[in-house]
Order: sequence, then structure tokens, then C-alpha cells
Amino acid sequence: MTRIVSVGADLFADAIESQAAEVDRVTWRPPMAGTEADLATVATDPLRVDANARALAAVLGVQAMLVDVRPASDVLGLQPGQFLHAGPPIGWDTASGPLQGALMGAAALEGLVDDPEQAAERFAAGEWTFEPCHHHHAVGPMAGVVSPSMWLFVLEDPATGRRTYCSLNEGLGKVLRYGAYGPEVLNRLRWMSAVLGPLLQTAVVGAGPVDVTGILTQMLQMGDEAHNRNRAGTLMLLRDLAPAMVDSGAGPSDIAEALRFVGGNDHFFLNLAMPACKLALDAARGIEGSTMVVAMARNGTEFGIQVAGTGDTWFTGPAQVAEGLFLGDYGPDDANPDIGDSAITETAGIGGFAMATAPAIVRLVGGTVPDALATSRRMHEITLGENPRWTIPVLEFQGTPTGIDVTRVCRTGILPQINTGMAGAKAGVGQVGAGLVTPPAGIFPAALAALAERTRARAV
Amino acid sequence: MKTHVELRPGAYADSVTLLQVSRAVQGVEGVATAQVAMATPLNLEVLEQMGFTLPASTPNDMVVAIRLDDDSALDAALAAVETALTRTTSRDDGGDTREPHRTTGAALRDAGADVLVLVSVPGASATVEAMDALDAGHDVMLFSDNVPVEEEVALKTAAEARGLLVMGPDCGTAVVDGLGLGFANATSPGPVGIVAASGTGCQQLLALLDHAGVGVSNALGVGGRDLSAAVGGRSTREALRRLDADPAVDLIVLVSKPPADDVANEIREFAGALVTPVEIALLGPGQPDLTAAAERVLQRLGHAVPEWPVTGLDRLDHREGKLDHREGKLDHREGKLDHPEGKLDHRKQANRKGDLLQGLFVGGTLRDEAALIAGGEHPMVDFGADELTQGRAHPMIDPAIRLEHLSRVADDPRTGAVLLDVVLGHGAEPDPAAALAPVVRDVVTNGVPVFVSCVGTTGDPQGLDAQRAALAEAGAEVHLSNARATRRALELLGRTP
Repeated sequence: MTRIVSVGADLFADAIESQAAEVDRVTWRPPMAGTEADLATVATDPLRVDANARALAAVLGVQAMLVDVRPASDVLGLQPGQFLHAGPPIGWDTASGPLQGALMGAAALEGLVDDPEQAAERFAAGEWTFEPCHHHHAVGPMAGVVSPSMWLFVLEDPATGRRTYCSLNEGLGKVLRYGAYGPEVLNRLRWMSAVLGPLLQTAVVGAGPVDVTGILTQMLQMGDEAHNRNRAGTLMLLRDLAPAMVDSGAGPSDIAEALRFVGGNDHFFLNLAMPACKLALDAARGIEGSTMVVAMARNGTEFGIQVAGTGDTWFTGPAQVAEGLFLGDYGPDDANPDIGDSAITETAGIGGFAMATAPAIVRLVGGTVPDALATSRRMHEITLGENPRWTIPVLEFQGTPTGIDVTRVCRTGILPQINTGMAGAKAGVGQVGAGLVTPPAGIFPAALAALAERTRARAV
Repeated sequence: MKTHVELRPGAYADSVTLLQVSRAVQGVEGVATAQVAMATPLNLEVLEQMGFTLPASTPNDMVVAIRLDDDSALDAALAAVETALTRTTSRDDGGDTREPHRTTGAALRDAGADVLVLVSVPGASATVEAMDALDAGHDVMLFSDNVPVEEEVALKTAAEARGLLVMGPDCGTAVVDGLGLGFANATSPGPVGIVAASGTGCQQLLALLDHAGVGVSNALGVGGRDLSAAVGGRSTREALRRLDADPAVDLIVLVSKPPADDVANEIREFAGALVTPVEIALLGPGQPDLTAAAERVLQRLGHAVPEWPVTGLDRLDHREGKLDHREGKLDHREGKLDHPEGKLDHRKQANRKGDLLQGLFVGGTLRDEAALIAGGEHPMVDFGADELTQGRAHPMIDPAIRLEHLSRVADDPRTGAVLLDVVLGHGAEPDPAAALAPVVRDVVTNGVPVFVSCVGTTGDPQGLDAQRAALAEAGAEVHLSNARATRRALELLGRTP
């Protein structure tokens, strides 16, 4: 007996049920305002189905291996006065407090100024440059600032040799990525470059490549969603690297300090999850006709997305302020709008998309366990497929929702759910809280319009 | 008189549901009038005509507009809005906490293989949902109208490449393996398979064959434009292929609105190459009408052609007291009325000056058929046409627009007689005669004869006999054959069709 899926008037579904046939009803709602014509154009694009299938397969086919740890000057060729930052491109005048603070701190770290406060006017004068991490195969959490002397994780897809990069995680609280630039922040960064980076390099080279994708598979089954909770992943990384660190010949106190630092920073693995996600998503860039989002990133002022089928164009809108819980006496007025490249995790189907697997942190972001289950299920409504490697036990080992589809976001009005930390709005403050945020809705119709435009241009 | 207008951004219900909600609120004591609708341009126009002043809105906002006779009734009215909305939107999910599927594509992930998708969302969004079905490898019935022809071509091109069938757009009727979809009539299994580029054309065939005792196993709609030059019969070919492969089908009937000549020739050639014989009924000037097509089908099956039923003649004649009707002297075969010369004319002269037959239809093909029989001078309106259904429910669901016009037409001095269709079946309103009969009675009492083609089968949920009886009791002459009803009306007006 034929089963009916009915989308539209309930009357017809009722009429079918009255004939004792089975009906699945779609809970249809009108799409985002003004998107109907573009949605129809893109839906009938003859390239779309195959392009999206290839994009999803490309993402799922990537294996991310940690192969090296090196200074940014080596691997990215960054020169003094060159900096990278999170999110889409932005100028100094419109840059947010935490991004300005992190750049000022990094200028002092590089010895360009003695006092970070002196750096502001030289950035404003255009003396030094800062570009998006995403334009250099890199990602950075929160402000995401990278300067030449910072050591970076180097991840590689063995099948293609493609590489992505990310800085080492500094921990929580007063840290550069949240816009803090006090002496303790800069001293910690100097130690990371002098001791931690070289030690990790020796360990990675000694232990052999670390399978970051594989650790992600396991940590998702251990209560991490790999954005706001990375505890299991961090400990698994230590398990893989600790013997080689001990064998490295470095001084015992340096080794102990490094182990204490990594083990004491539950977010250490985030800076491996992020470049692993970027390595996977970059495989889908430039697939004409694909409606899949390949990057979501924020610079503290704007939220931007890039789409597989629209080249390197950023579609941007105002970054939102997260809703969640605040540290100490901080409140919503102290929080900067959303910032960081870490939404690359959601773009790849984890983080907020895998909320169901991390019930331990649902209250941190102001939710309940049923909310978390519902969030992950809801994200399947806007994604192209599932990741068979990354599964969620409590959802019967369903794969994580993968490949955000611009058309499905416009059709349903469901926005990607992002778990995030909150930076203080003023330069130098640091972290003020953590919570949940969504992109500004308008960037999806804008991306859709560009996809429709390309479809029409191709049809001529 | 107090009015209450509020916008509810982000709230949504389909137009049929909102019609039910509006009716429920209108029924609250102290409410003069009420309208709950999505803020589409058409609905805003209606609301403004009703005298409501509206704030700026988008089509994704729901408008609740209430005018009160009794100011204290507002709370009760708003409570009725909530109750009616909740009743129509909530469904017991059996404790399942799964998120509802918001797109056809998402629903199809869990649905299994043997699935047909029925799309009835507004036309501007229909292509997207239908494409989900094709992408997932499923046939689709596209009830929605107002789908641009280039989108129809794109959908059918994609379906052709995947070996799938697109029934529609604007496909009102389908019977798939005995299951009635959209406005389909209840049918019995049988040797006939129908391919229809015409919804009510298909329903007329179903009704006539049902009366003759011949069953229909499948009736595949293809959309009224399928045989146009632009669409090129893509779905017709696939539907013919399907029925040709069905061992239960002994004879295929292809019925279509007037096709493009080239496409008609291609389809004739395609049909001629099939194993199963195909009876082709392409409507148009000089072509047989639907009733004639049904009669040819019966003859080809070696089945006797019955008399097509008429109800209500007795009553009309008794009231007039002029027709000798003891023997039921309608010669059905000839389609002519055997009655004392001039009597009907006399009656007409006594009451009316007009000599126009005014056709008010809910079925597009029934309207076209009547127009072809009657010729150009008689106005024939299809209230289910695309331009009249934007942002509102089909007149087979919401009779209001036709009822309003019926009263207007009856007052028009040029009107000599009125011709209506009533289309029964799954999905159509549960008791169309209930709303129509009082208006018909007024019109007939006013001296304007009313002819009705009541298209339905004995198994239809509305009850064919009860519907016919109610309309006849109101003074209408009720036929099963639309062609017969049209000819009968023209004869009454002294025209020979």
C-alpha cells in the first residue's frame, strides 16, 4: 500500500486518512520573506543535487591528522606587522573591543610596541595589516588573532596533502583571544612559544601523527560536543602525546608544567577540533551549484558565511549577542556581540549541532536536557546529511547533522544553533560568560540570492 | 461597534484551517464579523473591504480581525480564536518527542520506499517541495496552482530523467491504486485507467463510469498544461507508460483540456504504440464532450450505455403545472426534451427578459465544456481559476465567493438561466448543498431556472443522492452529465446547442 507524505492543507491528509491509508504530515511554514522565487530557481538548478552530494561526500571523506606544531612565521610566512583574526574581513574602526584588544596584545607580544596601549593608533593608521584566518587556511577561536611568533597546530588530510592551522589554546578567563592583553596574558603566550610549542612539536613528531578526526569520534561519545566542552578530547590528546613528551629529553619541570597546563585547560582540544572541521569543510569549497555552507565565522562586529557554490564571497550581517550565563558580576551589557571562527564546529555538524551528546553543559548555556535533544534533532531539518563517523549515543547513534543547506535554512527559518563563549565588549576585559547564539537571519537569503543569480546566469 | 485587529508575526496556518477558525469566531455571540487570515495581499484587500484598518505587515504575519456588536464579547472571541487554532494545529504525537519535519525532504528521510508525495502548499513554494520528492526518488501529486510554467517544465524534466511521475501542477484529482487524492471521487476497482490533464474532466468520467457500473483502478492527473507546447506532454507520456504496464488496465482513457496540435499528434503516436488500447478525449471545438467520451469508453468495453440520471425535473414541472411528465419523457439518447411545445418558453417569457445562460463553476474543465457547448455569448466563470485562488482556498472547499456571485447573477436582468456544478469527492466540502440550496431556492423563486451538474459517485462521502435531493428540493434540475445539464439549459432558453 502506498504511503503518502502530505505537505500543505491538512484537509487532504485527513481525506487520505479517512480512506484508511497512512499519511506523514510535513509541518510546513512559509519560507523567509521574499525568498520564494530564489528558492524555486535554486531547487530547479540541474547542478544542485549532484553538487550537494559531492560537497557532502568531500567533507565526510576528510581525515584530519595532527602532523606538526610550528610557528606561524614558518608555516604561514607571517612577517612582523602581519596579523590574522577571526571572522570576515574588517577594518580597525569597526573592529570590536575584544578584537582590538587581542591585536594590541599581539603587537606587544611581537615586540612592535612596549605597551599594548601604544598599538592602537598604529593599527588605526594602517601601519600593520590584519586579515581573516580563513583566508590563510587557518581558524582562530574568539578574536582568533595570530601573530608570527605564535605556534600553530598543523593538520593534514593524508589523501590530498591539504593543510589547515590553528593556534594553541590559552585556557579560560583573562586570555588574548577574549581581548585581554595584561602582562599575565603576554607572559603566558611567551611561555607557550618558548616551551609548550616546541615540546608539543617534539611529541607529535615522536609519537607520529595524531588522528584528530578519530578523537572527535570518541569524544562525541564521551559527553563532549567539541565546542563548549572538550574535556574528553583534551585528555585523549594527552594520552597520545604524554609518553612522547616525557621521552623528548626536555627538562622534567617543563614537561610537568606543559602537562599541567594542557590537562588543566578543558578547552585545549578546541583548537584541534576547529582546524579539523575546517580541513573537512574546505574540501567542499568551489563546488558550483552546491548550497552547502562551508564557513560560519564572526569578527565581533559581523557574522559571515561562505557557501560552496559562491566562491570566496562572504555574506555578512550584524553579529548577535549570545544568551546564556555570565561569570561573576558581568551581565548582558558587558558582553560583546558574537566573535570567533569556532562556529566552524557547528558548520561541520558538531558543537551546538551535537548538543544532545553533551548534557553535562546544557545548563551552562541555559538549557535543559530535552532542549539539547530537540536542538540536535532540529538541526537535521537544515542539513544535507549525517556524519556516519560522528554519532550520538542518546539519539540511537544517529550521525551528527552535517552540511548546512542555505535553501533549507531559508525554507524553514530554522537558524544554525551555535554554542559560544562571550567576550567582554571592552578591550582588555576577557571572558564574561558562555551561551547560545544564532547567525543574523538575513545572511541566508542573501546567500540564496547569489546562488539563484549564478543559476540564472548559467542557464542563459 | 468595537473592532480588534492584531498581527501575529511568525504564526502560520493554511488557508483552509484559517477559514475554519474564522467561521468558529464568527459564530461567537456578540461578534459581528471576524476574519483570521495570513496577511497576503489578497487577504489584506478582503480585510480592507470589510472595513478593517491594518498596520504594516508581511505575508508571514497572521491577522486576527474582529468586529463586535457587543464590546464585552472580545474575550470570548479571542478565546475562540485560540481554541480553534489549537484544535486544528495540535495533534497527539503519542509522547514522541521528535521534532516535526519542516520540509518534504526531511519527512522523506524516514518514510520508506513506496511513498507518494502530495503537495498543496501555496504555488510560490510548491516547486521546492515537489523537487524534494523527485530528489528522493518519489512520484509527486502537485495540487497547488499558480506554479509558473517554466518551473513546471523544470520539474517534469527532472522527473523524466529519474523515471518519475509529476501529477500537476493544479492537479485536483488522482486515484492511485484505489486511493483518492485531492478532490478524487470514491471509485471501485475496474478495467479502466485514466490519464487526465483536467481535474474535473477526470471526475466527470469517474462519475459517469461509476453510474454505468464500470470501475477505475487508477486515474493519474498530469496538470492542465501538460499537453501545451511548453510542457510537451512529459507527464502524459509517463502516465500512459505506467498504465500500459498495469495488468489490471484493459482500456486507457486520455482526457485533456484543448491541447497544442503538435503535442496532441505526438501523444496520439505514442499512445498508438502502446499494448493497451487508448481512448483519446481531447476537448475542443468540434470534439466530443466528456459524456460522449464516457459513452465511447463503455461501448469499447462492450458495456451498455445507461440513461444519465436527472433529478428535480418533476418538481420544476409540477410547480409550473405545465409539463406533462408522467412518463418521464426525456429522451436521453437524443439529449432532447420531449415536452409540449412552447410551454417552457411561455414560462420563461412570463418571468424573465434575459436570454443568457450564466455558468458559475468550481471545475475548470466543466466550465470549458459548457462554454464549448453553449458558444461564446454565454458567460461562464471558473471560480477555481488561478487568478481567483491566489491566497484563498479553492471554491470546492470555500463556497463563499461563488455564492456571492450567484446572488448577483440572479439579479442581472440579462440572465435567462443559471448553470452550476457541484463536485463531490474526498477533500471537497462535506455538504456543498447545505450552503448552495438556500441561494438556489431564492434564485428559482425569483423566476430564474437553475441547472446543476452534480458530479459524484455513489461512494462519495457527501452522499450523491442526498446532495441531488437537497438541490432538487430547492428547485434546481440536477444532472450527472455536465453536457446534458448545459444542453438542457440552452433548450430552455430556446437555443439549440
